Amino acid sequence: MNDMLRLVEPLIPALRRYARALVRDHAAADDLVQDCLERAVIHWEQRRSDNPRPWLFAILHNLAINQFRRATTRGVHVAIDETNEDAFGQDAEQEHKVTYRDVMTKLARLPHDQRAVLLLVGVEDLSYADAAKVLGVPIGTVMSRLARARERLHQELEGTAGDLNNNIVQLRNKS
Amino acid sequence: MSNRPITEDDLHAYVDRALEPEREAEVAAYLEKHPDVAKRIAAYSDERNLLRSALLPIAEEPLPPQLNLARMIERPRRRPSSLRWAIAAMLMLSIGGLGGWMIRGATQAPAGGLAALAEEASDSYKVYASDHTRPVELRDSTELVQWVSNRLRQPVKLPDLSKSGYRLMGGRVVPTAHGPAAMFMYDDDHGERLVVLTRPMTSDQNAPMAAHSGGDIAGFSWADGGTGYSLVGPRGVDALRPLANEIRKQAQTI
Repeated sequence: MNDMLRLVEPLIPALRRYARALVRDHAAADDLVQDCLERAVIHWEQRRSDNPRPWLFAILHNLAINQFRRATTRGVHVAIDETNEDAFGQDAEQEHKVTYRDVMTKLARLPHDQRAVLLLVGVEDLSYADAAKVLGVPIGTVMSRLARARERLHQELEGTAGDLNNNIVQLRNKS
Repeated sequence: MSNRPITEDDLHAYVDRALEPEREAEVAAYLEKHPDVAKRIAAYSDERNLLRSALLPIAEEPLPPQLNLARMIERPRRRPSSLRWAIAAMLMLSIGGLGGWMIRGATQAPAGGLAALAEEASDSYKVYASDHTRPVELRDSTELVQWVSNRLRQPVKLPDLSKSGYRLMGGRVVPTAHGPAAMFMYDDDHGERLVVLTRPMTSDQNAPMAAHSGGDIAGFSWADGGTGYSLVGPRGVDALRPLANEIRKQAQTI
């Protein structure tokens, strides 16, 4: 278990970042990470690969997706404006804050499978193969999702996305 | 330079800097010749960097106490996973099977037909002896004997436990997986109730008397000449044994 602390603890900030970018709600994201770490502690000896990084992201991703599904089943939708405004870029300088918040708002408009691949590959630096493992899909699917996600985010930021926002599912705001 | 055409996958791998140096050079050369594609790929790269910058502060926030991994490793919170639930359910079943229905043979543990009979008698006791509104269907002993004999298609003799201090309250026909059974209920001056269940046996037509106990009830079961009997009551097997012997003696004199 000592090696677990050594290998996993440095990954917690990245897991938090992924969770928060995926679900947006600050408290809900930390709950997911806590859940993920508790499961990792229990199943540590059962992991198959030497690299715990994709394994942990996979646990976290599955927990988040389950939560999305429950939220979808309940039909709970939260407008983007209702989410915690300070969830992003807390320490950023003021001029950046607006841009950062804008990109996060636009990211939230993407379907969560596109959002997930953008974050895993583009932010968390997972290889395409590891991202495929986390998402439980073939690499080809990772590539096509990544292409769609980048194009969609680009259009959102250019303001040419049009009415493509039917797929947004937001977690319920916990407060 | 290879002659392999540039793919959309190559372009994204270029954005992610995931290409081998040779291929990266080929993509760069391609982009130089195709400014429209280059513009799109440059935008993807900028947006990728923007996203990283926007999210960087989150990874730099101090971790809250709830994410203290060392503490979690010290005291793992055992979540009931589906496997654990399955194991728990199996344990419950086996404990229920052993403890809830621990069959202790006085001479021999009931098995097959006798075990089923013992279980039916216990179930009848649990359902009807605790009923204070209508524990029995018929109170008149003559009518009762006629009814159950018709349903069981054999003469049924009503055990008389008055010498042991138990009066007949009445009885009813109860359903079992092996057809109808006759249930008789008795009580004493303290209101303590006993149940006797009898029915024709498909297996274990002759079986020695076997004690069984589980929870806060106990009983004896046996079979003579194709008819099974089971006595169940709230007292221990020692208190019930003389009553069971009495019922058996009376039944054999039909």
